[in-house]
Amino acid sequence: MINAVLALEDGTLYHGEAFAALGENWGEVVFNTSMTGYEGVLTDPSYCGQIVVMTYPLIGNYGINEADFESKRCFVRGFVVRDASRFPNNWRSTETLADYLRKENVVGLTGVDTRAITRRIRNHGVMRGIISTENLDPGYLLDKARGVPDLSEQELISQVATDVPFTVPGNGYRVVLIDMGAKLNIIRCLNERGCEVVVVPPKTSADEILALKPDGIMISNGPGDPMNAPDTTETIKRLIGKKPIFGICLGHQLLALALGARTYKLKFGHRGANHPVKDLATGRVYITAHNHGFAVAEDSLAGLDIEVSHVNLNDMTVEGIRHKFLPVFAVQYHPEAAPGPKDSEYLFDEFLELIAREAR
Amino acid sequence: MPRDTSLKKVMVIGSGPIIIGQAAEFDYAGTQACRALREEGLEVVLINSNPATIMTDANMADRVYIEPLTPEFVSRVIAQERPDGLLPTLGGQTGLNLAKQVAESGILEKYGVRLLGTPLETIRRAEDREEFKNLLSRINEPVPESVIVSNVEDALAFAREIGFPVVVRPAYTLGGTGGGIAYNERELAETASRGIKHSIINQILVERCVIGWKEIEYEVMRDGADNCITVCNMENIDPMGIHTGDSIVVAPVQTLSDKEHQMLRSAALKIIRALGVEGGCNVQFALDPESFQYYVIEVNPRVSRSSALASKATGYPIAKVAAKIAIGLNLDEIKNAVTGKTYACFEPTIDYVVTKFPRWPFDKFASANRFLGTQMKSTGEVMAIGRTLEASLLKAVRSLEIGASGLYLPEVSGLSDDQLAGKLRRADDQRLFAVAEAIRRGWTFEQINELSAIDKFFLAKIKNIVDLEKEISVGGLAGLTPEFLRKTKRAGFSDAEIARLAGASERAVRELRARHAIRPVYKMVDTCAAEFEAVTPYYYSAYEDADEVETGERKRVVVLGSGPIRIGQGIEFDYCSVHSVWALRQQGYEAVIINCNPETVSTDFDTADRLYFEPLVAEDVLNILHRERPDGVVVQFGGQTAINLAGAVHEAGFEILGTSVADIDRAEDRERFDKLLGELDIPRPPGGTGYSVDDALTIARRIGFPVLVRPSYVLGGRAMEIVYNEHDLLNYMASAVKVTPEHPVLVDKYLIGKELEVDAVSDGETVVIPGIMEHVERAGVHSGDSIAVLPPQHLDEQVKAQMVEYTVRLARALNVKGLVNIQYVLHNGGLYVLEVNPRSSRTVPYLSKITGVPMVNLATRVILGTKLTDLGFKTGLVKETPLIGVKAPVFSFAKLLDVDVALGPEMKSTGEVMGVAEDYASALYKASVAAGYGVPHKGTALVTVADKDKDDAVAIVHSLLKLGFEIYATDGTATMLEQDGIEVKRVRKLGQGSPNIIDLIMGNKIHLIINTLTRGKAPERDGFRIRRAAVEMGVPCFTSLDTANVVLDVMTAIKTGYDKPPVPLQEYVGPEDTGARNSE
Repeated sequence: MINAVLALEDGTLYHGEAFAALGENWGEVVFNTSMTGYEGVLTDPSYCGQIVVMTYPLIGNYGINEADFESKRCFVRGFVVRDASRFPNNWRSTETLADYLRKENVVGLTGVDTRAITRRIRNHGVMRGIISTENLDPGYLLDKARGVPDLSEQELISQVATDVPFTVPGNGYRVVLIDMGAKLNIIRCLNERGCEVVVVPPKTSADEILALKPDGIMISNGPGDPMNAPDTTETIKRLIGKKPIFGICLGHQLLALALGARTYKLKFGHRGANHPVKDLATGRVYITAHNHGFAVAEDSLAGLDIEVSHVNLNDMTVEGIRHKFLPVFAVQYHPEAAPGPKDSEYLFDEFLELIAREAR
Repeated sequence: MPRDTSLKKVMVIGSGPIIIGQAAEFDYAGTQACRALREEGLEVVLINSNPATIMTDANMADRVYIEPLTPEFVSRVIAQERPDGLLPTLGGQTGLNLAKQVAESGILEKYGVRLLGTPLETIRRAEDREEFKNLLSRINEPVPESVIVSNVEDALAFAREIGFPVVVRPAYTLGGTGGGIAYNERELAETASRGIKHSIINQILVERCVIGWKEIEYEVMRDGADNCITVCNMENIDPMGIHTGDSIVVAPVQTLSDKEHQMLRSAALKIIRALGVEGGCNVQFALDPESFQYYVIEVNPRVSRSSALASKATGYPIAKVAAKIAIGLNLDEIKNAVTGKTYACFEPTIDYVVTKFPRWPFDKFASANRFLGTQMKSTGEVMAIGRTLEASLLKAVRSLEIGASGLYLPEVSGLSDDQLAGKLRRADDQRLFAVAEAIRRGWTFEQINELSAIDKFFLAKIKNIVDLEKEISVGGLAGLTPEFLRKTKRAGFSDAEIARLAGASERAVRELRARHAIRPVYKMVDTCAAEFEAVTPYYYSAYEDADEVETGERKRVVVLGSGPIRIGQGIEFDYCSVHSVWALRQQGYEAVIINCNPETVSTDFDTADRLYFEPLVAEDVLNILHRERPDGVVVQFGGQTAINLAGAVHEAGFEILGTSVADIDRAEDRERFDKLLGELDIPRPPGGTGYSVDDALTIARRIGFPVLVRPSYVLGGRAMEIVYNEHDLLNYMASAVKVTPEHPVLVDKYLIGKELEVDAVSDGETVVIPGIMEHVERAGVHSGDSIAVLPPQHLDEQVKAQMVEYTVRLARALNVKGLVNIQYVLHNGGLYVLEVNPRSSRTVPYLSKITGVPMVNLATRVILGTKLTDLGFKTGLVKETPLIGVKAPVFSFAKLLDVDVALGPEMKSTGEVMGVAEDYASALYKASVAAGYGVPHKGTALVTVADKDKDDAVAIVHSLLKLGFEIYATDGTATMLEQDGIEVKRVRKLGQGSPNIIDLIMGNKIHLIINTLTRGKAPERDGFRIRRAAVEMGVPCFTSLDTANVVLDVMTAIKTGYDKPPVPLQEYVGPEDTGARNSE
């Protein structure tokens, strides 16, 4: 047994056992409340820069199925669980969680009181931290934790987004997806609906995008503070009104910024698969998958041509916006799910309907 | 939509008596629903025949009718109360079936009553197999190939086509009554015939058997605006093939990836949308362990056992929310009572593992068929919460109170490899222990999975436990370093199990733990995995870092609950525990409860100030007491479970409130009790304590046969028997008990006579006796299985006075503070004490309700120090009210194969009903109807009685003839009846050729059976087979002539039905009556 520690900037230490790669890493410590779907979490590029604590204690039960990955690699900076399964069993599993993390060189910590960590983060907000299997000296770890750069000071998108454009063929509408660290399921959801998806890097200019003659444009999810992507925000400004636009997560925040709204950092974010979101147009409530640490400030929408389309029933934060006149809408959560409920996939259909309407 | 304001008065149907397949979960659900409705300002009318429930308390609904759950009585209450709406989905299958019947008979329409919640049409679509199949195929959800038949031949034809095994499911039954898996034509013919008989529409479904597939359940909710959520999903460790009520179940699902989970979740939501459920619903799936292929197995469009479990597992109050949906509210308009901030429209996420383990009655029914299949056999269940699966599972096992401190059972470890393989292949109640044993023997996961189909993931978890077992055994006590000891505790091992493995005493392990400060912390159940601050004080233990308990400033008292529902310890004790908690809170104390039963009101999150969902075993209880540091502990309301913990609690230095441990022991220890009775000059049947077989025989010879023998500390008359001669006594000693100096047997003279019972409240000086109960069946039939009448109808004042006098004398001598239950027998005019139980009893709720004396409330105040005189009570019998209450037992024999239904000193009933009326005959009539004794008014009666009963039988046969029955009898009985000039038809006994008695019963030719027990209980006897055949075919069968007598009397008296207006509980006593009606 190799000891391992998670040290938070406020001075708390959580001792456990190393179960994956050895080493030391740093990041923003966040918790996720999904009871299933850890492979989706591990490979979701939006977690870049973060050490993820899973609140469900048994993780790794059904092993690793590559088909459920949301990107080609694992982006978390560390993975903290109560009980990593040593003997997974599922007909699709090809390896254990531990083996996978080792391959991805991600430090894993098991046997810790993850509920205690969660309560601390809930009460005091997300914190910077160090996960280590090496130098476990508390003084050293705390010094180091306090020196960790803030998430908002980091440029993370370039670490996760594609460098070169590529196309996923389809027979229907052509959708350009501005990749800020897109989950593969966004592409799958579009593709399943017949769309040809042209994935472009975040730096792609508005002219370059329009030159692709898209029927619609999507702005994907991605890691970090939306204020750190001013170029993309500028690009979006130029695209608004030209083509139907649909934003998800970071894409939602960037659209809001491009339309003149403001974003802010949530105390401890929303990360899980059980958030109730109300569609204000219909009054219907959907259970949705979330992964965001920032949100659009509702008061900043006053006087803009945007209306709030969705709110979170737990804390009443903005979960979706819609332009009052133009074919532009976005949601803060993940209609592509993976992991999480598929209840909101209908938003992709609405996007395609919007495209169809605009095409007429 | 806000709540429907056109509703002013709503009627709720309860689920009636506790039977296998329909237990305390509906008391919990009904209680929650009634409160939710009243919270919304509605007037609530309740009908339920079960007096032992919280829901039938005067403060739960505005008008509580303890009346039979039949269309006739429901209609009568509707006519009297004129409710605006009827809520049928909270009373289990009983409630649903009744609602359907009154709706179809036009009663609802006639009185303008709207059916609330899930529409009737939806219920029909979900329950009628054909409609259900059609609906699912319309929405492309797969169901196993099946056919609906109403005769055996069609069932066989289908099975020949798709191949065996097949599953048989009767339409509209609960707990799978009459169903089963058939592996060949003979089995199918048998099961099909039984199933057709049990279905109220004489239909069965025969379907492809997906035995061995994963069995997954989703608890889902939908509101009138089409918002849908899943509350919880659950995975059966025992895969398809075993009724989910008999399966070990974990929540959440453990072995499904998100893709599989979302696939089934989406399917569940699609199904409730298509059905149009408004409220809670349970959807069961079978999932191929090797692909994405699945089948929808069953949908229950109502609250259920699973929804109670899901509620307790997550903290989400399904019944409460379902009730609010039924009156028009939407999920996003209902507050999440757990967080106080968020709404009911979300999906709980949990950060622990929940294990549900069924509690079977096989300890009581030694001869029962223990195999598990599609017919549910457990009477109750426990739930355990842990941060790992291992810890959760081990907690569940020790919560069962079956003598297992871990996954080891001596009788399983003694099996041969072949026997072990057999147990893995064909599951019984010990299968989990067999899995552990197989792992101990080094069998591979492949082998075990091949035999049992249990997922290897679970096998690996069990192996983790077995590996640690070995490590503890090898290291012994010396090997228990602080680090290793902590590791075993984190894995969920109990001190007792560690001690057993290390060859040490439990005390040594406990002390070692104390020395190294290895103590659990308590974590909160909050529906949200700590994401939001929660206000529910609902805790479980874990050996981790952070403790979350916040104790208040006030004085606090811990109440020990009663654990799983089992025969002999039912819902009554939960009723008492809950009332004690309420009384404590009313008196300004912080009330803390410990219990492990997910079906009950006591484990609802807002019953106590703090709830610990923990095993009721010494270690876990003491840990909580160390954490809570209470001012006192109450042990007298949680049945024998709590009483058994009194010693350990006392020894650990905590104060037991109420009757002291020494005095409890004085009542329970045979020799000390005999001495006390001698001092008090109160007679009891002669007898003694046998420490060996020879001892027992000596005593029996001295006092003379027949004698009543039983082990010392007993629960519900377990292993108790009346024996008539030395041979039977030796037989009993060899088979039923293991006599040791630590566990002696009690041998008492069996006195034939009238059995009487009292419950009293005492503060040590004042002894208040709310009432005397008279049993219909003479002593020898367990009091829990007897029909009890209050006040007594055939007792002279002198005997009553003597009972009061004895009771007062005993209560004072034992310094009883709180409740005491005393049983007497009136033998040849002399009154004898049979037993004294210095605790609450089974009859307390019934007695409290009829007399209006709030017994548990008084008892709780007494143990806190209040004097009964200060509450207006005086010593003696409380003045009787004009009402007569008859309590009748209800049995679950249809669910338990190979159990003898004959009544005796061992308790067999699972529940009870009450009939209330102003005259005895009417009260008895109602009790008989409510208990489902369902005796036909004419037809053919089979009479076959033992020699000793023949005189009594003649009178009964005369009554039967008067009613117009034709009498069939076997030779001996026929001869005897003919001597009395009664004309009978002789029928063949077994072995006398065909058609014999059994053929006649199976052929539906017999409508009533009167059969008394001949000596010896061996199942091959004719009597046993007659009684079993009766159960199988649903023919009423009386094994006590006393019961037969009164039931026939009632039928003669009330031939044409019953037409007096029902009286609500609120009017049993006057509005100002506190129960303190002292009769001078």
